[in-house]
Amino acid sequence: MSIHYTKDHEWVRIDGDVATVGISNHAQEALGDIVFAEVPETGKQLNKGDDAAVVESVKAASDVYAPVSGEVIQGNGAIAEDPSLINSDPEGNGWFFTMKLSDTSELDGLMDEAAYKAYCDTL
Amino acid sequence: MAVSDTENTKTLALDGWHRAKGARMVPFAGYDMPVQYEGVIAEHLWTRQHAGLFDVSHMGQLTFHGSNVDSALETLMPGDLQILKEGRLRYSMLLDENGGIVDDLMATRRGDHFYVVVNGATKQGDIEQFENRLPRGIVLDHLKEQSLLALQGPEAVAVVDVLAPGVADLSFMQAALFEIVGVPAWISRSGYTGEDGVEISVPSNAVEKVADALVADERVKPIGLGARDSLRLEAGLPLYGHDLDRETTPVMADLGFAVGKRRRAEGGFAGAARIIGELDRGSVTKRVGLSVDGRQPVREGAMVLDREANEVGKVTSGTFSPSLQRCIAMAYVPLEMAEVGATVKLSQRGKLFQATVVAMPFVPHKYHRKPAGA
Repeated sequence: MSIHYTKDHEWVRIDGDVATVGISNHAQEALGDIVFAEVPETGKQLNKGDDAAVVESVKAASDVYAPVSGEVIQGNGAIAEDPSLINSDPEGNGWFFTMKLSDTSELDGLMDEAAYKAYCDTL
Repeated sequence: MAVSDTENTKTLALDGWHRAKGARMVPFAGYDMPVQYEGVIAEHLWTRQHAGLFDVSHMGQLTFHGSNVDSALETLMPGDLQILKEGRLRYSMLLDENGGIVDDLMATRRGDHFYVVVNGATKQGDIEQFENRLPRGIVLDHLKEQSLLALQGPEAVAVVDVLAPGVADLSFMQAALFEIVGVPAWISRSGYTGEDGVEISVPSNAVEKVADALVADERVKPIGLGARDSLRLEAGLPLYGHDLDRETTPVMADLGFAVGKRRRAEGGFAGAARIIGELDRGSVTKRVGLSVDGRQPVREGAMVLDREANEVGKVTSGTFSPSLQRCIAMAYVPLEMAEVGATVKLSQRGKLFQATVVAMPFVPHKYHRKPAGA
């Protein structure tokens, strides 16, 4: 298993050819209280950078982009039911969706945990 | 996640105090302002249940001196200011010659002058308008050395009354001079959350002492702008620059109550012909409250659609209501769609939403009004 981050503050955890996607702790802190999440449907084909999900706090709406390309396996119904999970456990139970990774080379352009932390420190 | 650009923003007297209390600061109205401390929803609910302390020192505090200052101000505002007694305040608006709203404000008769609080983002423009349009002989002072705090919530007045005995005797929209921890404080029973509470004007060089004394009471927590916005929205109160602008009149904005009875009969204020006409015949569009189906907030900029999917109006504010746990919004709609119970369609980023026109406030006001005759 490995975890990677985008500059847009998504994380993607890789287990074989299955990628789990969510937003980082930094992202949930910046958004504040999350009141709505919309996850993609099973079977949806996503290209890297596509709008994949929606997350809204009291103050603002944000898109969650697909960090890699592939087919959506499952959206996390739990966050649609209880969006505050994204605040309380962003990199655990607050995951957004899983997808079948189509091109592992796309991971090369993403940051590892240390690089992402350094990136956040510059913001 | 936008990175805040703090260049060219002014600093509140309580800047360091807010940061020490854990505030996240964002640029707003030209100032670095606290947007939240522990979180918008927790702060919102705390204010509805206890007492929330807001720093609204970005707002413009103005005084107007001169002979017949009430009549002079009445040329630019639709409210009856002549009838105001000492220490009484009124919600009013600065109007342009076409009846458009330049700003909304609170005006208080205070001794030989009027004390007026205007919005932070608009204060410079307001000052120019007042200076250019008021009769000569009216002297405007901008009280730049004053800070403004608001303490709002069901426990707010009890908290302040401990520090400044007598505040609890004020009725809604009444103000007087008090002292808090030795600091002269102009306190009015007013606010913009729908709760009972006060607004406190104190010299900026002593505001920290006052803020410390207020939060020393365990019923008080500092509250950011984020919750201020959701609180005022639940209270049905419009926010200038969003729900009000120069394209809207008091009648369109459903603020006809702010046009005094005598003013309506006599006219004599900027835009009077248009505004009195709209009071008599109705305006083409009207600000309404909407209850929006689903959990997704519909926000400023979303379109209001008619049955044929033509755009006929705009959402001007919207959020997920922490008190009601559902989505609420304000929108301008054609008069024929403005009746309570009417259903409308909204479109936001290509997605359709169902909404119902509902009466405002969304959450009942808790203002402290003395019974009639008391």
